[in-house]
Amino acid sequence: MKHVTSMLVACLVTFSAAAQAADDPPFLDQKSAATADGHAFFTHICQACHMADGKGAAGAGAYPALAANPRLASALYPAAMVLNGRAGMPAFGNVLSNQQIADVVNYVRTHFGNDYHDPLTAAQVQALRPQEKP
Amino acid sequence: MAEDTFMPTMTRRQMLRMIGMAGSGALMYQAMTGLGFAKESPYRPPPPLAGSGNGQSVLILGAGLAGLVAAYELGKAGYKVQVLEYNQRLGGRNWTLRGGDLYTELGGHTQRCQFDEGQYFNPGPWRIPYHHHGVLDYCRQLGVALEPFVQLNHNAYFHRRDAFGGKPQRIREVKADFNGGVAELLAKATSTGRLDDLVTKEDREILLEAMREWGGLNRDFSYAAGPVSNDYRGYARDAGGGAHGKPDFSTPVGLHDVLNARLWGNLAASDQYEYQTTMMQPVGGMDAIGKAFGREVGSHVRYGAKVVDIAQDSAGVSVAYEDTKAPGSRHVAKADWCVCTIPLSILSQIPVQVGAAMAAAISAVPYAASNKVGIQFSRRFWEEDDAIYGGVSFSDLPIGMMSYPSHGFGTKKGVLLASYTFFVEALEFTALDPAERIRAALEYGKQIHPQYADTYENGMAVAWHRSPFTLGCFGNWSDQMREKHYADLCAMDGRIVLAGEHASYLPAWQEGAILSSLSAIDQVHRRALAGGRA
Repeated sequence: MKHVTSMLVACLVTFSAAAQAADDPPFLDQKSAATADGHAFFTHICQACHMADGKGAAGAGAYPALAANPRLASALYPAAMVLNGRAGMPAFGNVLSNQQIADVVNYVRTHFGNDYHDPLTAAQVQALRPQEKP
Repeated sequence: MAEDTFMPTMTRRQMLRMIGMAGSGALMYQAMTGLGFAKESPYRPPPPLAGSGNGQSVLILGAGLAGLVAAYELGKAGYKVQVLEYNQRLGGRNWTLRGGDLYTELGGHTQRCQFDEGQYFNPGPWRIPYHHHGVLDYCRQLGVALEPFVQLNHNAYFHRRDAFGGKPQRIREVKADFNGGVAELLAKATSTGRLDDLVTKEDREILLEAMREWGGLNRDFSYAAGPVSNDYRGYARDAGGGAHGKPDFSTPVGLHDVLNARLWGNLAASDQYEYQTTMMQPVGGMDAIGKAFGREVGSHVRYGAKVVDIAQDSAGVSVAYEDTKAPGSRHVAKADWCVCTIPLSILSQIPVQVGAAMAAAISAVPYAASNKVGIQFSRRFWEEDDAIYGGVSFSDLPIGMMSYPSHGFGTKKGVLLASYTFFVEALEFTALDPAERIRAALEYGKQIHPQYADTYENGMAVAWHRSPFTLGCFGNWSDQMREKHYADLCAMDGRIVLAGEHASYLPAWQEGAILSSLSAIDQVHRRALAGGRA
């Protein structure tokens, strides 16, 4: 069993190294972060919890599926979640720009069986941020 | 608007750096937890709960340290305790992986730990500050043997890809050259009269003397190659015996280069209160603490219990749970009182019969991400080749920190903490499958320790957002959030009180779990003594 497992791990390592040698390295470096699109943010961050197929996962608690999730009908709901976080979900308002948040929300709302074509704009994300006092 | 004016021109790393998060675990941690104050634990060995529980019952949800402390103390005070635990083991995040252990994360990947006998890795807490009196006192009470945990090792590395051609620098050199350069500058400013209107003449003389000693300056207040600076930064060739025993001196890096290399950004990481020497670890793995509690209260723990509903009325609490080995099954546990230590990431998804204020608090707190990779190597090259015995190296590579075992010096094999990351890097690691995380840790780690290539044996990768029993690493409170919700989270609601690191001002630390638990059971006990009415 031990040998089987270690061989499996070795295979996985080789396979994934080949799979990732293309243009989607596992970590966004300085240059690519500035130009990363919604797909890149999904594969690097969102799928950590919502999984590569967007179907979420369940243990003592669950990560909601993004696939076919009716809560995505309004773009403002996922936008606020990404911006502020809630419960298990971290907040990304300090590390993603308004445009980047819009990009990743728009990506999720047009993939995984979701078919919403009213894109979120950076201005709408900005409006969700706490307003600075004059 | 301010946000959009800077964001598009900033890279992610610049943003992280700006908020003090890149390349420095401690500073990153502090930026994340939003705590700007010293976090000394106020714990002093508690007097036993005065008076008796008189056989009243307490249901404890979660067998992590908070739940175990509650079970132990309430049991001693005459309460009937029962603990429901989701996992098939106790300890929660107090957890150690050893050869033969199986771990299945959210998403379904199962890892079988292949470490050799005697090797281990703490995926969760791994070090105990000397001022975490609660943890240390329970270790004393329960007979958990401790040993030093090496946090600061002057011979470990600071590494940045854009500094010194990507060559890792010894911490002693960075520290000596930073201090030496600053001392020389201050001495110059002093002796050329630039500080005359800031410091008295007498103080200036003491300052010069202090700078010479602190910075390793020569008689003429220069910081340069020679015996004095080398007493701090180390030699090019160490002193020896016999005909060729005379050492060769190393040459300090000038202040301009020291400043621009920015490796000084890691110095504070081991200077801060939470990480100051002496830190400690339990001999043989952090789970020695959970196991020690288990010897006292383990018989009261029901394993594989997934809580699905928490209700209360004037007569008591009623908690519904599912046996994880029989999905869909439903059992109910009843008691007079409930201490709930379920992480908020999970509790926020469970129907809990509490008032609006506590419910809002439960849902408010996001959970921080963290990832660790532990790798077993066939030989301790870090000791044999690099003279690194314990301690932490810091890099601006996505692996963040690496740490060398503080125990087993001079033995053959060892398990290295090959990567420890928070937030964005942690989520990027989490987004990979476990085997890919290990591969990434190896690939990046090779840039610091090329010996990885020939000595890698096997590894374990634990990404806390994929942990089925926590769904995250720790409650990531902001100051504003605390202001709004913290009191409501910690105040008993009827017959239910919450505990865990999330109900403390010591986020992620075991001490936070213990102190919150002591506060929680104190509230239970007061209510119980007051006549058993909520």
